[in-house]
Amino acid sequence: MTERINGSSNKRNMVLSFIALAALLVLVYVLDIVIKPTSSWNNLMTCLEKGTIYALVAVSMNLLNGFTGLFSLGQAGFMLIGAYAYAVFAIAPEDRTTVYQYYEGGGLIHFSLPHMLQDMMGGADAFGGAIGYYLGIILLMIFAGLLTAGIAFLIGIPVLRLKSDYLAIATLGFAEIIRSFFQWEGLGPVTNGSNVLRKFASYDSSIFPVLVAGVCIAFIVMLINSSYGRAFKSIRDDEIAAEAMGVNLFKHKELSFVISSFFAGVGGALLAMFQNNINASPFTSNMTYEILLIVVIGGIGSVTGSIIGSYLFIACSEWWLRGLDKGEFLGIEADFMTPGFRKVVFAVVIMGIVLFYSRGIMGTKEFSWDGLFNFFRTLPARIAGIPGKIKAKFSAKKHKKNTKKVKEAQ
Amino acid sequence: MNKENVLRVSDITMQFGGVVAVNNLSLEVNKGEIIGLIGPNGAGKTTAFNVITGVYAPTNGMVELNGSVIAENHPQGKMKAQYKGENAGKYTGKTVLTPDKITKKGIARTFQNIRLFKGMTVLENVLVAMHMNMKAGVFGSALRFNAAEEAKMREEAMDLLRMFGLEGNKDDLATSLPYGKQRHLEIARALATKPQLLLLDEPAAGMNPQESDELMHLVGKIREQFDLSVLMIEHHMQVIMGICDRIYVLDYGALIAEGNPEEIQNNPRVIEAYLGVDD
Repeated sequence: MTERINGSSNKRNMVLSFIALAALLVLVYVLDIVIKPTSSWNNLMTCLEKGTIYALVAVSMNLLNGFTGLFSLGQAGFMLIGAYAYAVFAIAPEDRTTVYQYYEGGGLIHFSLPHMLQDMMGGADAFGGAIGYYLGIILLMIFAGLLTAGIAFLIGIPVLRLKSDYLAIATLGFAEIIRSFFQWEGLGPVTNGSNVLRKFASYDSSIFPVLVAGVCIAFIVMLINSSYGRAFKSIRDDEIAAEAMGVNLFKHKELSFVISSFFAGVGGALLAMFQNNINASPFTSNMTYEILLIVVIGGIGSVTGSIIGSYLFIACSEWWLRGLDKGEFLGIEADFMTPGFRKVVFAVVIMGIVLFYSRGIMGTKEFSWDGLFNFFRTLPARIAGIPGKIKAKFSAKKHKKNTKKVKEAQ
Repeated sequence: MNKENVLRVSDITMQFGGVVAVNNLSLEVNKGEIIGLIGPNGAGKTTAFNVITGVYAPTNGMVELNGSVIAENHPQGKMKAQYKGENAGKYTGKTVLTPDKITKKGIARTFQNIRLFKGMTVLENVLVAMHMNMKAGVFGSALRFNAAEEAKMREEAMDLLRMFGLEGNKDDLATSLPYGKQRHLEIARALATKPQLLLLDEPAAGMNPQESDELMHLVGKIREQFDLSVLMIEHHMQVIMGICDRIYVLDYGALIAEGNPEEIQNNPRVIEAYLGVDD
């Protein structure tokens, strides 16, 4: 009987998930059409796109840090590889002379996969051309992911023999090496040296990054819930016991590292498209710390937490707190709100979150429909219980004071 | 009785720097036997377990499982000059399998200080031990192409949990279980690797006489049902004497006695090691 009840509630949850996803996509589509052209709410779309991209990268980092227990800080470096692998092969041949203006003949590479497929399938105006264009973008993104994964595989061989802090330092170092390497003049004909890469193929609709990130995150969640995910978690919980239960430590650490890097690379490619230009200099350890912050605030070991944390972080840094830099915030005007003040407030907000949610917003919990229904079902009772709780706290304080008084009197 | 050899440990010496933790230990476990390994605290019992399961590479000596070498070593490098053990020239090869490979070959173990996977449920703890025998790759597993295999794994895991009376706790976090049940879960998890030889490191530690009595019967049942041999470290003499076919006694890293329970109980060297002797 219970089996049947479970089965039907599983079915219900699945249907609910599909409806929610479809509604989300429709919402993004409508917002994209209605809001994007008007400038006043443009921030919303920026946050939506960038938040989605950061969510993907944060979830991929959480796979390493939260589920495999590997404290790696190489994410920005891997994003950089993905971004460049995408951008370099997506600049239309006719634009190459302007982009690679400091290099003779427009650099070494003279083709663009999206543009090539677009021409092959009917040109810029035909429907087939548009399909070819997006097909090229997707293929290039997969290439970007694979290249990143390949480099991560090589880096992983020496680095994954280290543990905890040492691993963090080594990955951080490799990320910085990657950044310097891409800025190297000698590589200029390919990477444009330290100059900006621009005019590469990009998506038009906000639905594209949401869809891509959604598919990637869904894969990571399914991986975490599979037998391999359990093996990752066993390594996180106790390496010695995991090895004694037949889990090949190095193989599984490498696997987690490579898969995480693949999605960091895809995220980097999406970020390149979002920004419409790419340059190695912002991919510093600062960017890794931003992603780490998202993971920690969301909850180490919670995919839901990483997604929520990502949107909150991006919304705060790109939108909600922007007014603090401009001298006007929530209708309040003040002289001390000069550029940089946003960061002060942001730091206070983060400290607040960390103080009250020491294990992140979600801890290690995940979103579930049952949990959501339970939340709303018990909400009235909990609200009704709040005065009692406050009273109890108050009387406890009073009691403490009283005992103190008694003690002092003695 | 069929005297088929499962585990053969030959002249194992484990030396850490200048400390000889296990000195020239040889022991054998035959098919279907329950063997006890006893000795005072610090005698080197757990170190011997760690050598057999590949956590440590022995300094000298050889470990074989079903006739194939799983660990062999001889004093090398710096250790050559420091080596204090015996049989220095007897072994020349160097084979050190990692613990996961040894587990795959058929040795499973439990730990003295319980090492369950803290953030995982009871069922997941058992499922992890079945991971190594899974045929599906990462993509097959993540995209659920192996649904039938996964279902079978869960079925087997539930059977194991039922045997230990843990089926009602399957979705609880492993660390939320009471102590005795955690010990049972460790044994269930070890059995999920489908071993030929089960190493139990103080399975009755912290249990009352009634619980350890139950454990004793359980170990006997496991031997029958899973057709395996057991090597166990234990301090509860009633458990050891009641269940073991043969007993090895270690003191200061060296073997001081070997025999059936009665012989061990009457052995003057064992009594001396445990109780001390008047001068």
